[in-house]
Amino acid sequence: MSTVVTPRITSAVAARVLAQLRHDHRTLGMLVALPCLILALLRWIYDAQPAVFDRLGPALLALIPFTVMFLVTSVTTLRERSSGTLERLLAMPTAKLDFLLGYAVAFGAVAVVQATLAVGLCVGLLGLSVEGPLWGLVAVAVADAVLGTALGLFVSAFARTEFQAVQFMPALVIPQILLCGLFVPRDQLPTGLDVLSDLLPLSYAVDAMTRVAQGAADTVVGMPAGVWGDLLVVGAFALALLALGAATLRRRTA
Amino acid sequence: MMNSVVEVKDLLVVRGGRHAVDGVTFTARAGEVTGLLGPSGCGKSSLMRAVVGVQVVESGQVTVLGHPAGSAPLRDRIGYVTQAPSVYDDLTVSENVRFFARVLGVDLAEADRVIDLVDLTSHAEQPVGRMSGGQRSRASLAVALLGSPELLILDEPTVGLDPVLRRDLWALFHRLAADGACVIVSSHVMDEAERCDRLLLMRDGRVIADEAPSDLLQTTGAADVEAAFLNLVEVSR
Repeated sequence: MSTVVTPRITSAVAARVLAQLRHDHRTLGMLVALPCLILALLRWIYDAQPAVFDRLGPALLALIPFTVMFLVTSVTTLRERSSGTLERLLAMPTAKLDFLLGYAVAFGAVAVVQATLAVGLCVGLLGLSVEGPLWGLVAVAVADAVLGTALGLFVSAFARTEFQAVQFMPALVIPQILLCGLFVPRDQLPTGLDVLSDLLPLSYAVDAMTRVAQGAADTVVGMPAGVWGDLLVVGAFALALLALGAATLRRRTA
Repeated sequence: MMNSVVEVKDLLVVRGGRHAVDGVTFTARAGEVTGLLGPSGCGKSSLMRAVVGVQVVESGQVTVLGHPAGSAPLRDRIGYVTQAPSVYDDLTVSENVRFFARVLGVDLAEADRVIDLVDLTSHAEQPVGRMSGGQRSRASLAVALLGSPELLILDEPTVGLDPVLRRDLWALFHRLAADGACVIVSSHVMDEAERCDRLLLMRDGRVIADEAPSDLLQTTGAADVEAAFLNLVEVSR
């Protein structure tokens, strides 16, 4: 193996991904505006039951960056694989991690903007009650976005076309949404499903967001204590998926 | 030979169950434009990919500048252009070239230089996806020229270009060779053969001729390279 990571190249990849987004006004608009619209819709649906919005709002704040970044990343990296730009990059001094981290950094940055706006809207206009620190909500959203990016990078190796890449979303994301506690609290799931729920990363992402929103008496570095454990699990999943993603990047192909 | 840049020995590449490159041995030298000619599907691209080090190889040796093909010390010393342009359609020419310049660690003035070399300066701020096929392949070529690599591998870089541009690009290849680069250019158009210093004619994964164009015409007694190719195929039957 050559150099593990070159900051110059990692940042070049991240800047390039962001430049591509800048050219794509529609995608950029959807990344920024869509979460806000969905949350506003949810608030409207539960206009008479603010307590329900308080329960579902944080879960959606966790779901949205994960789902959106998963979709955007799986399609963009599939394009890199099929257009030959990935092969070109790997024939240059690019390390696999430069490529993967570049994507993670770029979409993490987008997630900061996305989450700041969504949290601002929820707390400022929609009346979501948040007991923990607001920056905690943004931090968890960024971790979720990186998780979605890592999963997208990994599954793009198994799709030949953009159609196939998009199909991974119902296959890999919807079951996680069903089991993350959004519909039935995780501790009330039937036996078997509760174990499955414990094995899925999105469950921890939603738990973390809910814990920040609910707040807690004992805090560590300003955040409710339990959040750090959840974030650790989300981070470990993201790292494992990035490592698996690295294994699918081949300098030599048949 | 002291100045041989590429040394390929008994190379075997298997793609889709058949021998895409079937026991090829050749060397390519610095200061020369080596033409790799043959019909499409004859194994040119597989051979070039093996030299770049992106092709899974069944057996044989490929040595580039004294290192095994594809090894880390070579990664900023080779410029490679694939048949389909490997650039980002949604970025401008300038953004594309500057991105790869940063990856290679060469300065941004170099990006402007290579854009000028391929004559795209007036289109530099245009998104690649909105350009013609010829302009896109030149954008891809510009990336390969970054940092003046010692070895240039160009897979059908002149396909579909207008004759004036084609002549200009061949002049550019010869200029790069004169500056000391080893340039390997593939084409399925036989009339491009006469522009090369040296010719490798390929058919069915094998090299059927390896000499200067004038020598090839002399040994086969043919009037042009196309006729020489047919001649060689007849003889080998």
